[in-house]
Amino acid sequence: MHGFDVRVGPISYRIGSAWAAPIVALRRLYAGYPAPDEGIATVTARIGPPRPWRRWVRPQVAIEGDHSLPDTVPMAFDHALLAIEMAMNMQVALGECRHLLIHASAVERGGKALIMPGDSGSGKSTLAALLAERGWRLLADEFVMIDLATGRVIPFPRAISLKNSAIAEAEARIADPARFGPHLSATPKGELRHLRPNAEAIARMDEPAEPALILFPSYGFEPASDGVSRSELFMRLTEGSTNYIALGEPAFDHVLRIAGTIPAARFAYPDTDSGIAIVEQFCAEAGL
Amino acid sequence: MRDARALAAALADPVSTLGLAPDGWTSLLAIARAERLDGSLAYRLADMPLPAPVARALEDARARAEFGRTQALWEVEMARRALAPLGIAPILLKGSAFAFAGLPAAIGRVVGDLDVLLPRDRLDEAEAALLAAGFEWAKDDDYSQAYYRRWMHELPPLVHRDRGGMIDVHHSILPLTARRRPDAAALIEDSVEIAPGLRILSPADMIVHAATHLFADGDLAGGLRNLWDVDRLLRLFTATPDFWTRLGARARRHQMVEPVALALRLADRLFATPVEPRLAGHDRMRDTLFVRRLLARDGWGRATRPFNRLGFYVRSHWMRMPPLMLARHLWIKARAK
Repeated sequence: MHGFDVRVGPISYRIGSAWAAPIVALRRLYAGYPAPDEGIATVTARIGPPRPWRRWVRPQVAIEGDHSLPDTVPMAFDHALLAIEMAMNMQVALGECRHLLIHASAVERGGKALIMPGDSGSGKSTLAALLAERGWRLLADEFVMIDLATGRVIPFPRAISLKNSAIAEAEARIADPARFGPHLSATPKGELRHLRPNAEAIARMDEPAEPALILFPSYGFEPASDGVSRSELFMRLTEGSTNYIALGEPAFDHVLRIAGTIPAARFAYPDTDSGIAIVEQFCAEAGL
Repeated sequence: MRDARALAAALADPVSTLGLAPDGWTSLLAIARAERLDGSLAYRLADMPLPAPVARALEDARARAEFGRTQALWEVEMARRALAPLGIAPILLKGSAFAFAGLPAAIGRVVGDLDVLLPRDRLDEAEAALLAAGFEWAKDDDYSQAYYRRWMHELPPLVHRDRGGMIDVHHSILPLTARRRPDAAALIEDSVEIAPGLRILSPADMIVHAATHLFADGDLAGGLRNLWDVDRLLRLFTATPDFWTRLGARARRHQMVEPVALALRLADRLFATPVEPRLAGHDRMRDTLFVRRLLARDGWGRATRPFNRLGFYVRSHWMRMPPLMLARHLWIKARAK
């Protein structure tokens, strides 16, 4: 078993692979991240062959780890890096109990966090990745963690997965090729390329931020925006959370507080530049 | 770590974790999660001086266990409500029984499905009531339905359409095709009322059932967890005078003398459980095979020892049914895939 230990925000991973190459790619992608505190990784994510011979003959990768879901479909070996990322996400989605998880991306400026929930393809990752190159700090992609004690956003700046047209957008704006992972083509999620967050996001991964604004983006439409009612916000935050029910009352209290006090809106945008302009305008109005 | 021995040691004797290196802790956590004993481990190590990351991880495990307990108790309540109008008091088995009765085996333990035992002549009414209460069959192909109803010791498993909780309704604790014939009527007759409309097995029968579950009714998947139940239960029950005499009598009555003896020997070997030597008997050569199977996990939490596992898988089916029936059953299952 080839292994790599890394800490991303509050999660200390031990990542394992039956093959060497995916771990080499992962080390490169996570260069500059810290090692686990006290050298103890507490979360294991791994990939391995679904059947012993699949290690060599037409290799396939299965997503495994401390927590797993039945009936996850094995993936092509070429997509091993995506499989590792999915294994890492699965551990958080199924195992995390100290923080409320919200399916969203988040960036910070002046100690205030902008949270962007949205379905796959809404552009939340792309917007967060590009805002993080323009004076914002990346807090999270995919999972926003709300600390159950303080209600603040705890950074979880894992590698961002850019999909399809977002790849070229990011490549055009980010000069350093070392921050990109390999091109993965024809994955179950389409074209895919990982992006390592910038040095600031990694260096400040233990600095929480105060939730201040929630925006629901949707990519590919003429510019438009609309308010989101308190009740809808509550409902959408809970349905996008993998551990809301398991956490019980503290999770309810936090979602209620967020939905009751933090401004929220939805907006549509046709391309990234106008998306960023709309976000900046919302932020100016909300005082971020 | 080569196998799950460190986990067994940590559960039996928390002080054994004092010498663990950082990667030893990582492996211990992975193995405990793979065996679904992380909640039990978390409570066992609660008073130990732990490295901060481990303490945080075990805090998570306790939170998950607490949520699981709440859910399990709710499923019990739902079953009670469904069956109470018929005057049927289900006998809770395994995890749900431990949780409801507040037994030490429940501390940190995961509870999977809700298992209940009912008199066989009330099965049809109970099934109708559960279906009316929102349960549906998890397997509804004709072969599975007929197979369960004709040969098994339980109804085809039912899953609740809204809650997703599963209920296994037993009328005995071994399939009707198995060579051993536990006395289901005696299990029911000796059961104890734990709350209005809810019962649990008597202490001795609970141990017999744990041993049945371990060795006669499966391929030892989750075996370490089941053996840990035996340890926790025995440490409580042995405080009662004449418990061992009763256990011996019940094991004979249910034709389960050897499986009970084996459970006692293995619990003694892995968890230093106090056992009665006359019931446990002498160590046998093949005990080692069972120990190797129970501990077959590597430091990454992966299943190891495939041939040993396969042997126990074949054995589980061999014990369940006669050879011709087994051949037919495996043929139909293979074609259905």
